[in-house]
Amino acid sequence: MAEPLIFERSVSGRRGYRLPSSGVPAMSQAEAIPDDQLRAEPPRLPEVAEIDAIRHYTRLSQLNFSVDTHFYPLGSCTMKYNPKLNDRIAALPNFASLHPLQPTSQVQGILQLLYELEQLLSAITGMAAFTLQPAAGAQGELTGLKIIAAYHRRKRSIRSTMLIPDSAHGTNPASAAISGFTVEKLRSGPDGLVDLNELKSKLTPDVAALMLTNPNTLGLFERDIKAIAALLHERDALLYMDGANMNALLGIARPGEMGVDILQLNLHKTFSTPHGGGGPGAGPVGVGKKLEAFLPVPRIRKMGKRFAWDERGRSTIGRVHGFYGNVGVLIRAYAYIRTLGCEGLMRASEAAIINANYLKAKLEPTFPVPFDDHCLHEFVVTVKALKAHGVTAMDVAKRLLDYGFYAPTVYFPLIVEEALMIEPTETESKETLDRFAEALLSIAQEATTNPELVRGAPHRMAVSRLDEVRAAREPNLRWVPEQRQSVVSATTHGGPPPPNLADSP
Amino acid sequence: MDYIPNTDVQLQEMLHAIGADSFEELVSPVPSEFHVRSLDVPAGLAEAEVVELCEGLAARNGSLRKMTSFLGAGAYDHVIPTAVDALASRGEWLTPYTPYQAEASQGTLQTIYEFQTMVCELFQMDVANASLYDGASAVAEAALLALRVTERPRVLVSEALHPHARQTLATYLSGAKTILQEIPTVNGVTDLEALGKAVRDDVACVIMQQPNVFGCLEPMAQAGELAHRFGSLFVASAYPISVGLLRPPGAYGADIAVAEGRCLGSPITYGGPGLGLFAATSALVRRLPGRLAGCTVDRTGRRGYTLTLQTREQHIRREKATSNICTNEGWLALRAAIFLSLLGPQGMKELATLNLEKAHDAHKRLCEIPWIKPAFDQPFFNEFTLQYDPPADVDRVNRRLAKAGIVGGWPLADWYPTVPQASLWCVTELIGRDGIDRLLHALNGSA
Repeated sequence: MAEPLIFERSVSGRRGYRLPSSGVPAMSQAEAIPDDQLRAEPPRLPEVAEIDAIRHYTRLSQLNFSVDTHFYPLGSCTMKYNPKLNDRIAALPNFASLHPLQPTSQVQGILQLLYELEQLLSAITGMAAFTLQPAAGAQGELTGLKIIAAYHRRKRSIRSTMLIPDSAHGTNPASAAISGFTVEKLRSGPDGLVDLNELKSKLTPDVAALMLTNPNTLGLFERDIKAIAALLHERDALLYMDGANMNALLGIARPGEMGVDILQLNLHKTFSTPHGGGGPGAGPVGVGKKLEAFLPVPRIRKMGKRFAWDERGRSTIGRVHGFYGNVGVLIRAYAYIRTLGCEGLMRASEAAIINANYLKAKLEPTFPVPFDDHCLHEFVVTVKALKAHGVTAMDVAKRLLDYGFYAPTVYFPLIVEEALMIEPTETESKETLDRFAEALLSIAQEATTNPELVRGAPHRMAVSRLDEVRAAREPNLRWVPEQRQSVVSATTHGGPPPPNLADSP
Repeated sequence: MDYIPNTDVQLQEMLHAIGADSFEELVSPVPSEFHVRSLDVPAGLAEAEVVELCEGLAARNGSLRKMTSFLGAGAYDHVIPTAVDALASRGEWLTPYTPYQAEASQGTLQTIYEFQTMVCELFQMDVANASLYDGASAVAEAALLALRVTERPRVLVSEALHPHARQTLATYLSGAKTILQEIPTVNGVTDLEALGKAVRDDVACVIMQQPNVFGCLEPMAQAGELAHRFGSLFVASAYPISVGLLRPPGAYGADIAVAEGRCLGSPITYGGPGLGLFAATSALVRRLPGRLAGCTVDRTGRRGYTLTLQTREQHIRREKATSNICTNEGWLALRAAIFLSLLGPQGMKELATLNLEKAHDAHKRLCEIPWIKPAFDQPFFNEFTLQYDPPADVDRVNRRLAKAGIVGGWPLADWYPTVPQASLWCVTELIGRDGIDRLLHALNGSA
């Protein structure tokens, strides 16, 4: 079952790709490059044939769960279906082979697409203007925080505190800290929402902004958002909204009308671009009118029928990307929005909300929902009752893999004990949700009748539960040739493997 | 088209099961004053209509496939083996999330481990992460790491580091109590004398690029020694294709090596997505930004892979994390791993040699034109700076070349106003000899 490392398939002298011949007179390297600038030892890269690489990376792919192969209810990650059409559009040669410094006369098509995408995101969110430059949600947060800092600097106001609810994604406090802010945690109220009294007590003159996720990580809408915005604005503090959960709001409500000053979107979530096993994503940032001047440069301008880049900007925070952002991702999101259109976007949020509430209703009798209300696109259950049998949220997550489902987000948000955070998205059918609910209910049964089975899960994956403590204590972060010996002894540790003579796994 | 499988009948059944009278009841927690009835977004389209729309937009672009381009300047067009596209387009690679559940993500995790190894080998460094956004933000993360580790306030950066990387660095460092100081260049390379004077015991790191923005090879070993004299870290921004031939960062004393790695098997796509490569010495391993995959064993002793050293990361450490990186560029890292497997050590050397030979041939022939001369007398790899004698003008020449289907060198005056008639030319393996012939023909008629 295990696939060796590509380095272990290597045979000296084997080749996997042929380069074109040079066609120019041969020259000696010494003519061009001084000796002390030449590489002495070649890199120890694998030496494999094309077929070796094809089989290796095909087999490895088969060890992955993915949206294309499995239900992937990972909370706050919006793992909806990624339409194949969008990959096709992004791969069009006249998009995929554009150089970022080509004269603008040669790139009018892509500039128009990017300009229209900014307009569409404004229409969907109610924000006045967007930058498409940030490469991921967390870089969007950083961009937003730099804008907040620049806004207060411009007003000659020194503010260093960032308010963040205890239910927030981990990126919020991390982004605030690397942007130079001190994080002040806001305790959630008994209903899981921002507690206005707690907010008032922490709202000192040093507060630069509040970072709010809406709907929050419990899948609940912050219903006091207007009052929250008013409290902040009275003191000239800003309201930043983490739009990671925007899939709940398409055509339902627009952050720009709730008093939100800055918003980042995650196109690899709500707008369905594939997550690629860890990126690339895209994290466009939208702002209200009063903050537009602070957006990163360059910005796209439309002059008559022509589009051009504008590098100027007296108040801009500067650049956050080598060029214009993750254009390949932006193209996919554009194709997605144009495919769904107004009604499709509205229907997407509607179906996502119905799916989440339906699944919640099926699970609730067995797995309590700590902050109970109608949820929006996701919800959080606690499995703490299973602790009596020595079964944890992590055990449940691992056992779900055996049933053929990827696991929900676990132990998050931090304010819920033994949490499973479940986001089904709109692209799953009722039948899939029914089967998933059955699996979870069956695991709850197993936890009482055969807890060892759950604690020992997964049983049907390529590997059983991994020793993460060892991974962190004795970090092995790269292969080295000498390792071959120790690997062999490690693999024979659990009993001798059958002789592996066949070429297929 | 909305990709929703549930029928209206099913959605009604589900509402009934929830015990809600209508969908409106489910969204009642959203105050009614915020409810919108519609969005100013055009009506949805069928697949064929989207293809027609987007092909129409694409047709308004001039693709590099139809032109001969000499643009580099931070974005380099290289071969992409067919096998890379064939493998990477599999849904099992495109559509998983970050591998949180290791047992169901062994494919992604093992690939990251292989990728980390290949990046270490390429740059001759001890440890590499699973990727950052792009080369520019990787420079910024390197500076943040150096500031954390040394607890010193000053960052020295060569003027010959790509201006977009310098601007991104400035954005990341803005507002902090950090001093960003630029080191000037002489004859196209970083002024070592100026660098020597600037390095003091308050310097966290020295950042340089190899080859630098003018295409010139920098005296990296000497610069590294100057940085280390006062215990500053030496950060090298390298060009991954060049190290098939050129000395890699680990061989000239870099503590951190960063790079734009998109050129390893991914399309240029108007400059993004990029692939930030980040490698360092083992001394820095527990302070690295971003994800790391590690090798460990499962309960039966079998080898397996998992994300590790996660106590550095935002989802565990929150405001005390070493970076805010969550999503990175995993799919491009996969493509780079496949690319490097196919090329291997010999292929990477041949690829670098091809670039070197073609660029030097083009350089020689271009400099035979009477009004063109090299801007600097320095060794170079596949990119070089040319200087025109008046009355030749960079923009005018480029407009003339465009009519012949040629994208000329990048006018450097946009970035360095002190060199008004200089342009930056890049020649990769994708330029055939006939491309150079056509260029010379067009130039001979355009002085």
